[in-house]
Amino acid sequence: MPATANRTIRIVVAKPGLDGHDRGAKIIARALRDAGMEVIYTGLHQTPEQIVETVLQEDADAVGLSILSGAHMTLVPRVVELLREQDAGDVLVTVGGTIPADDIPELKRLGVAEVFTPGTPTQAIVDFVRERCGDG
Amino acid sequence: MSPLTTLRDDLARWREKYEATPERDALFTTLSGEPIKPLYTEEDLPEPDQIGLPGEYPFTRGVYPSMYRGRLWTMRQFAGFGTAEETNERFRYLLDHGQTGLSTAFDMPSLMGHDSDSPRSLGEVGREGVAVDTVDDMETLFQGIDLGEVTVSMTINAPAAIMMAYYVVAAEKQGVPPERLGGTIQADILKEYIAQKEWCFPIDPAMRLLDDMIEWCTHNMPRWHPVSISGYHIREAGSTAAQELAFTLKNGLTYVERAIARGLDVDSFAPRLSFFFNAQIDFFEEIAKYRAARRIWARELRETYGAKNPKSWLMRFHTQTAGVSLTAQQPLNNIARTAIEALAGVLGGTQSLHTNSYDEALALPTEEAVRVALRTQQIIAHETGVTNTIDPLGGSYFVEALTDRMEELAYDYFRRIDEMGGMVEAVKQNFPQREIADAAWELQNEIDSGRRKIVGVNSYTEGGDDETPILRIDPALERKQVGRVQAVRARRDSAEVERTLTELKTAAENGSNLMPPLIDCARAHATEGEIVHALQQVWGSYSEVPVF
Repeated sequence: MPATANRTIRIVVAKPGLDGHDRGAKIIARALRDAGMEVIYTGLHQTPEQIVETVLQEDADAVGLSILSGAHMTLVPRVVELLREQDAGDVLVTVGGTIPADDIPELKRLGVAEVFTPGTPTQAIVDFVRERCGDG
Repeated sequence: MSPLTTLRDDLARWREKYEATPERDALFTTLSGEPIKPLYTEEDLPEPDQIGLPGEYPFTRGVYPSMYRGRLWTMRQFAGFGTAEETNERFRYLLDHGQTGLSTAFDMPSLMGHDSDSPRSLGEVGREGVAVDTVDDMETLFQGIDLGEVTVSMTINAPAAIMMAYYVVAAEKQGVPPERLGGTIQADILKEYIAQKEWCFPIDPAMRLLDDMIEWCTHNMPRWHPVSISGYHIREAGSTAAQELAFTLKNGLTYVERAIARGLDVDSFAPRLSFFFNAQIDFFEEIAKYRAARRIWARELRETYGAKNPKSWLMRFHTQTAGVSLTAQQPLNNIARTAIEALAGVLGGTQSLHTNSYDEALALPTEEAVRVALRTQQIIAHETGVTNTIDPLGGSYFVEALTDRMEELAYDYFRRIDEMGGMVEAVKQNFPQREIADAAWELQNEIDSGRRKIVGVNSYTEGGDDETPILRIDPALERKQVGRVQAVRARRDSAEVERTLTELKTAAENGSNLMPPLIDCARAHATEGEIVHALQQVWGSYSEVPVF
């Protein structure tokens, strides 16, 4: 459910697939936490099913998927689909990582709210989540 | 007046003039945050015996007496994607274009010990490297390439011993015995838990598997480097230069201690240990790091571990330019970054070098981008003149002082790690992981605040973002690879697979060396996933408690 003004934004930062690159995910997790959000970092090597389960269990407002392995066109659609199946289609989904520009329109068409590519300042991500999930 | 007094007077005069001019508003720290003085002089030089001569202890100026006057570094571009067939084609292309060694990138499922047809592998097969499921794939990978002639590097860690077994059997089918095989397998498992995060087993059995492989290679593969002690991934994960240096060397010293504890003579294996470092964009800091690494390794091997063979003292290393320094914005700028980083590797005395391609912040590199990257090395080697003399920066006040500083920072970390009970214990306590995450965070804050400028990212951002052609991995390759592994399963003798896997599990339980049963599994065409699964039945698997 979307956060109301007096509820802290809860966000899951997740590493789907077999990708071990977690530098970015950990930096984003820390930036969101420092910005006052409740951050649940899944750790590495999560299946889409595990991620969606975490989102539901944690009653999260948003989930940020970090992928640098090139598997985004397989993993992201699966997460979005599972969220819809679980009546959690209103959870904000963002993606970060090495995502070629050509893939971004398709990800957005599937329901991804924003794709953050390399070089995005952390503040831009914090601002985006805050704007879309209420200001906490 | 003594020369020293003269120098002090001269310096006082210079300082007065220097301070009369205001400094630019800039950081004046290295990329790692190390403060740098405006001027270095002979006062900053270490004792002459700490600099020495190339090919002589403590090897600050290089491991060989002749360095690049005798032989250039090996230009070794890392490659791999799709199935073994596609990567075999890329290997032949690179050899045809003057590359002198091969370096294999494996895909994520192979790195994690999953077969290509496992549900965990969906969408990941052949994406970031080549998919190798069985010895059959290994044979295809090197088809038409004489494994007795070329040296091959394989970047794989948790399942390294399995790939080693596949490689030995593939070579055997070419008629090349293990003792003729030259090359390197990364197999640096400690840095997986620290930074690269591709694991199969808990830390203790993973260390035992590595110890087994080092022991087996020492007796059977005298030309092979059974471990490439790697700082590269530690740095990519966000460490400082000093952390890369300290954690890498400490990992290496840990492997040395364990091999000695198994009863191996240090001089029987230490000459085959090799290293792999990052080349980041802070030019002098990198050069100082390599020079300090050589000196520390030589000292520790000789003084602490009693190595008598001078070859045991040599810290020989491969270098790769920093993937993390590449920007997705204005990608052509990355050619300049890579050239500067590669030059640091060369002036730091590297034995082999991989230069990244300018499009790698976007995707795997195109053939054209790979060619530019290789040409960058050839320009350094043949046009710039930097190879005309050995260690041209030796004796530089700044470089020597920075080398000393790197060494001092590394020993500080050694002390802290020793206090925790050694590197394995420090890793279990998340110590290096936390240090790296903190350093990555600091740097990100410098960049986000604009205090550290990154061209095209937080400054000079206009233009240059026109569409860069990128390599697309055909999704059909995943289906092709799934077909390959399933075809092997259908045609092999499954009773023989069962038998060899059972023997492997027995060896895992009773503590005997695992390489012979792994080679039997390879000959029986057992898949990587089956072998990993068998070992996990004995050892369990691993998941980390993440720190951020």
